[in-house]
Amino acid sequence: MLPSRGAPGSAGHGVDVTTPVLQVQGLCKSFGDLVAVDDVSFSLPPAGSLAIVGESGSGKTTIARMIVGLERATAGQITACGKDRSRPTRSARDRRRRGREVQIVFQDPYTSLDPRQSARQAIQEVLRLHHNLTADQRSTRIDELVDLVGLDDRQARALPATLSGGQRQRVAIARALAAEPKVLILDESVAALDVSIQAQVLNLLADIRDATGISYVLISHDLAVVRQLTEETIVLHRGSVVERGRTSDILDDPQDDYTRLLRASVPHPGWKPTRRSTSPQRKEAVGHE
Amino acid sequence: MTDLLLDVQGLTVRLPVDGELRPVLRDVSLSLRAGESLGLVGESGSGKSMTARAIDRLLPAGAKVGGKITFDGMDVGELAGAALRRYRQQVAMVFQDPRAHVNPVRRVGDFLTEALTSNLGVAGRTAQQRALEMLEQVGIDHPERRMRQYPHELSGGMLQRVMIAAALLTNPRLLLADEPTTALDVTTQAEVMAILNELRVEFGLAMIFITHDLELAAAVCDRTAVMYAGQVVEMRESQQLHEDPLHPYTAALAGARPDITRTAKRLIAIPGRPVSAFEAPLNQCAFTSRCPFVVEVCRSALPPLLPISTGESRCFRAEELRGRLATVST
Repeated sequence: MLPSRGAPGSAGHGVDVTTPVLQVQGLCKSFGDLVAVDDVSFSLPPAGSLAIVGESGSGKTTIARMIVGLERATAGQITACGKDRSRPTRSARDRRRRGREVQIVFQDPYTSLDPRQSARQAIQEVLRLHHNLTADQRSTRIDELVDLVGLDDRQARALPATLSGGQRQRVAIARALAAEPKVLILDESVAALDVSIQAQVLNLLADIRDATGISYVLISHDLAVVRQLTEETIVLHRGSVVERGRTSDILDDPQDDYTRLLRASVPHPGWKPTRRSTSPQRKEAVGHE
Repeated sequence: MTDLLLDVQGLTVRLPVDGELRPVLRDVSLSLRAGESLGLVGESGSGKSMTARAIDRLLPAGAKVGGKITFDGMDVGELAGAALRRYRQQVAMVFQDPRAHVNPVRRVGDFLTEALTSNLGVAGRTAQQRALEMLEQVGIDHPERRMRQYPHELSGGMLQRVMIAAALLTNPRLLLADEPTTALDVTTQAEVMAILNELRVEFGLAMIFITHDLELAAAVCDRTAVMYAGQVVEMRESQQLHEDPLHPYTAALAGARPDITRTAKRLIAIPGRPVSAFEAPLNQCAFTSRCPFVVEVCRSALPPLLPISTGESRCFRAEELRGRLATVST
């Protein structure tokens, strides 16, 4: 049912499966005196899925912005599909090539779409920019992408203002996939969705990975979503990686104190919220549980 | 049934949209004893926030309200002027986004003491003292310094604690908490929830806790009401809601959420999208378009909220589906 990614001009699946599609080495970012990202390294294999977990201020979104070129790294190296992208490029041609390597879907579907463009128009714009297709081929490809993310024809022709949050997020995903990237960065992309819609989008993302062999970098604070969508996880705390490993290992048996705290803070059956023992003078006065 | 603090009977709210009145609440009934906590759980547009706003008389202008809200024997709908202000001191509200509900150019201390000095006639110095004590109780270090700071100097978690302190200062009897921790990090959420719940129990406060998170509601609420399309579809002791749901929507909601302890092959997504109150069919169950258990009778009439076992359910098939629903979610 899902269309394959056999687009004209694509390099195809002939690449070595062991070569990472995305590699980050010793990445640092400072804003003045503030070190937002401190020596972060990870690599992502083809069709892999990696979670970057952390709370606000941990630097996870800054990493995503550096990978897509919205922020310049203070130090370190970013390589996508074997090509360096640590510095912004001035050439339009290189920017387009980078766009075919990595795409991003942001958290808020209400601000990330052009209010005057329907889903079809948004996808068409990306197709024109990246692929040399005839009008007929373009139209077919738009149909495929719209179908892939589960939008019906009316929704695909509607302006964002008339769509719900979940539908808009589907448009954003379809638009990102139109460039046929090897890596898709999901920056809290399902966080703003209602539970029932979130489940649909998570299933959709799993289907797309099965069908196309795309790789995901999921940036999220939601550990249950991380478990559902990724195999590998790095945990960020104040810009540094405090724990890394298989997602299931990290969630079942966290080793780092901060990861343990994160894990214990997630509501689950029988869970009782407790105060952190950061201020010792209050400890005995609380006596919870 | 005489010791009810809050009794909402057949509450309906319609709001003017594009020149027509659209229903947002359709026949909501719930009640609360003194010191009891009730969770209101639902997706966006289900009417949970509107229920709280209706109780606090904070609905937008032009809203048409039906039904009856009784607080400690008073008819809330009849209140006006000074009586309404006195009522609102007994019913405090904490919102999702603290920054949207605090004056950014006033110091934290002024914000905290304002209600005490201007509405309750407490002397300035006494109000100051009480605010300091309350800040300490919500776990804020260096309260004197915080009192002199502006909201932008405080983090989101810190500011939400200030909002909780402000809500508790007027000695309310009912707290309406509208997603108070949704905008916070998980570790901060755990901490703020712990503070909120401890103080609530300590002060004997009743609470309506609004959230989209079934687990979070279960952790702090005695009972939970699940809302869908402007109606309560199930009301239950929180513990049982999970183990023995009485409405297909409750079970589906629990099943759609990814589980942190295991990776599911596929999530059991609820097809379609949540239906708003104004789109919901008038004379059939609102969940028919998404329900896996739908039969003829579901489309024949609007199901009433009926008692079953230890709870209430708005499902015609609640009795026969009992025990089969929980398996949907695993």
